[in-house]
Amino acid sequence: MASSDNVQKGGKGKVRYFFPKEPDKNGGAKFSFSRRPNERIEEQAVPKHKLKKWQKGEKAEGYAKTKFHTQKIQAQEEVFETVAEKSARSELLCTEEAGELEGENTFQISQHEIKASADEATQQKIFDLRLDQFGPYRMDYTRNGRHLLLGGAKGHVAAFDWQSKKLHCEINVMETVNDVKWLHQETMFAVAQKKWTYCYDNQGIELHCLKHLDSVLRLEFLPYHFLLCSSSAKGYLSYLDVSIGKEISGIATKQGRLDIMTVNPQSAIVHLGHANGTVTMWTPNMKEPAGKMLCHASVLRDVAVDATGRFMATTSMDRRLKVFDLRMYRELSRYQYNRKQCPGLLDFSQKGLLAVSRDNVVELYRDMATLSERPEKPYLYHRCERLITDVAFCPYEDVLGLGHSWGFSSIVVPGAGEANYDALEANPFQSKAQRKQTEVRMLLDKVHPEMITLDSEIGKVDLQTAKELQEERNKKKYLKPDKIDFTPRHKMKGGSKASKVQKRLKGVQEENMRAKVREIVRAKQAEGKFDAQNAKRKGEKASALDRFKKKIV
Amino acid sequence: MAAVRKKKNFSLKVLSRNPDDYKRETKLDIHKAPQNPESYLHPFAVEREYKRALNATKLERVFAKPFLCGLEGHRDSIEALAKFPTRLSHVLSSASDGEIRLWDLTTKKCLSHVPAHDGVVHSLCAHRSGNFFLSCGQDTNIKLWACSEEGEINPEPVRTILNKYVYQSIDHHEKEDMFVACGQSLDLWVGDRAQPYQSYKWGLDSMHFVKFNRTETHLVAACADDRSIMLYDTRGGAGVSKLVMRLKSNAISWNPMQAFVFTAACDDYNLYTYDIRNLRMATNKHEDHIAAVMDVDYAPTGKEFATAGYDRAVRIFNHTDGHSRDVYHTKRMQRVNHIMWSMDNKYILSGSDEMNVRLWKARASEKLGVLKPREKTAINTAERLKRTFKDHPEIQRISRHRHLPRLIYHYKQEHQDIKESQKRKESNRRFHSKPGAVPHVPERKKQVVDVKE
Repeated sequence: MASSDNVQKGGKGKVRYFFPKEPDKNGGAKFSFSRRPNERIEEQAVPKHKLKKWQKGEKAEGYAKTKFHTQKIQAQEEVFETVAEKSARSELLCTEEAGELEGENTFQISQHEIKASADEATQQKIFDLRLDQFGPYRMDYTRNGRHLLLGGAKGHVAAFDWQSKKLHCEINVMETVNDVKWLHQETMFAVAQKKWTYCYDNQGIELHCLKHLDSVLRLEFLPYHFLLCSSSAKGYLSYLDVSIGKEISGIATKQGRLDIMTVNPQSAIVHLGHANGTVTMWTPNMKEPAGKMLCHASVLRDVAVDATGRFMATTSMDRRLKVFDLRMYRELSRYQYNRKQCPGLLDFSQKGLLAVSRDNVVELYRDMATLSERPEKPYLYHRCERLITDVAFCPYEDVLGLGHSWGFSSIVVPGAGEANYDALEANPFQSKAQRKQTEVRMLLDKVHPEMITLDSEIGKVDLQTAKELQEERNKKKYLKPDKIDFTPRHKMKGGSKASKVQKRLKGVQEENMRAKVREIVRAKQAEGKFDAQNAKRKGEKASALDRFKKKIV
Repeated sequence: MAAVRKKKNFSLKVLSRNPDDYKRETKLDIHKAPQNPESYLHPFAVEREYKRALNATKLERVFAKPFLCGLEGHRDSIEALAKFPTRLSHVLSSASDGEIRLWDLTTKKCLSHVPAHDGVVHSLCAHRSGNFFLSCGQDTNIKLWACSEEGEINPEPVRTILNKYVYQSIDHHEKEDMFVACGQSLDLWVGDRAQPYQSYKWGLDSMHFVKFNRTETHLVAACADDRSIMLYDTRGGAGVSKLVMRLKSNAISWNPMQAFVFTAACDDYNLYTYDIRNLRMATNKHEDHIAAVMDVDYAPTGKEFATAGYDRAVRIFNHTDGHSRDVYHTKRMQRVNHIMWSMDNKYILSGSDEMNVRLWKARASEKLGVLKPREKTAINTAERLKRTFKDHPEIQRISRHRHLPRLIYHYKQEHQDIKESQKRKESNRRFHSKPGAVPHVPERKKQVVDVKE
């Protein structure tokens, strides 16, 4: 029968699951839906190039001091291997494909042409809102890319689900609006108004008036820390914990008007751009900048950090666009725009596309961080009707939002967004119940603001403290503590004559001195002992060629 | 002139998700939750895990309520506790007034009680069959009692053995019909004999504690008043080995998983774990009590043991650790004389001077009862996180913190000072004397005075 043939043919690595079985004499089943015990099912090994993406760092090699610890480290390494392998295998489950636009001279392709050749759902994503009364507009997408918040400089604030075009609220705050920002979810947002900053809920009801955030120009929100960062016209950077309503830290930066602010999404460091061409990096724990970079020799226009937290792009009035590596704090590339063209606002998409606005035009570049020269032509090019005042990519969508003097435009940029979202981080399709549950989870996992540092320390070995402890232990020799401050007791009957007091004092000092000497001697002894041991250990086998070695006299 | 527009060639692919692929079909389905392990989508992964570990550690301390109930009924201080080899929920206890009680732990009630002896009941142990138990008392008798499956003790003993002198401790063999009792000598009783089958004596002093090894079933360990621990083989005529320590041991417990390991509760506030193959040095010294340790009992897993202290505290040790992992105390609990770890590894019973048997959870913050699968997963995750981040100072501080009675708190510090000063003194002495005159003696060896074979 076929089954016996299969057994013979089936090599070592062959995968066989459901295997036809001969009906046994007692009337047993013909098919067995369980693996045969002697059957070996081998998974194909994951190709190395796929594995490499998921491996984090070099594998630990060599040996620890003891066998126990060596085994422990090896076991840990195995776990890391498994994680990498499983992640690589799980790539199969990420089924959605990223967008792409291929063809000659893609920059010539207009939104009309994209709209004409795209599917209906995508056509809905290309739209313009003509709001010419209250502009220019600032805007913000929620973390899951589902909701949009618009803030017109003349007081118009609107929040809506931009995909279904369902309006949450539309209000006029009757005051200048400098910036708008969603808080951790689509239920609340903050608006930086002329004097103070206000919090509204998604029905437009004022929840809070944050009077200690005054004349704020830019707002940023750190969702994992629940921190609302604001930079003001008076040079004041403040961090407000929105979960407890407390100002965690307020820093007078002494840098003048702070109208350029961006956040590194991976490290929660705030980048501020200044008029003297520097970018300063701030954490809520330091009153001084954690880092400072002189990026341009002229006034900065905008700063942007990409989603992986590795690259920073800056533009300045010297008509240059520069890309920096944030791990090495080094300039990677610079692009000089020609006369009459000055790059303005910047934003990185999740997949690393860079949007650069200049006046009423926005250009999109691919692989900007890795190229050394500015490409001749951009990937895409779009011209708005009026001056662009805000650019922002929509997360998890191939969409770029543009705020300008005449309202808001949404354009499609194929390949901008992450195709496969992680529902435990941000879910564009979340239900109300899920939203509520996520809020609780987020609050429980709120990261402490003290942990914001230039390079994260939580997963690393604390060598500093270990060294200090070791030193302290080494100091402890169980000798009596040194008595340095000593005032001889007053004695009667001539005991406190100056000479006698001196004598006693001297005695103490000498004792102290002896102790010190003893300590040094002891340390030397110990060293000598170790040296002797090491010498023994190092002792190589005597060789006949030793006689030719240079002798140390 | 009209501009000529060239037809452009391009292929377009735009991200456009079909909501049907991402939303559940009916309300009865669970929500779809696609995942992507790409690292940039998970910023602060380590920080958030740390926070979760911190929360789990805090919750562990919040839910740490180990005291379950006091079993009340005795009218004098507790003298002995015993568990049955065949019954999980039944427990025996005896008091100084000669009464024996049988408790049911599920209902937390006394099932039956008998006035067993005139005067103190010194020791109790269950028969290997589980239907009988033995007791010895101040009235020099050893009595064998029958108790039914329901926990009813027959008021008349099945058998009474009259002796010349008082027995302090009694223990039954794991498999065979024999038991040992110790007092002025160690006597082995077999079958229905009226006289001891064998009598062992090594030295002059009397013995106060005896315990059969449950794995190497013929091996018996006994503690004597001359500060010694003796090992006997019931198949032989004389002792196997004798270990003399600086201070007397009050009780010992054999490790149920390692036949050659036992832990002795010593009068010098410490416990010592010995390997019987080398008694010259303990394998471990367990410190933390601030008064004599009265009793010790291993968990059935052999990984942990509980101790009863004269300092009114119960402590739980990991068998490889030098310091306790937990300490239980209540305001009203007086000197704890007896301790027992239940056979399902979940509960600890302590018997103390003020007439109470107390029931504790073995793991203070464990949730009792049936767990749902998701609950179990959550608990396992929390355990793993706690283990991963256990060395971080904040987590270490929270998980290690125990509220202690003032007495224990202050004495602990005092003992620390004393130890420190002794160390300093020894070091100074060593420094000022000829090299080698003051040798380094390991802490685990200091208490051993002599070992005789």
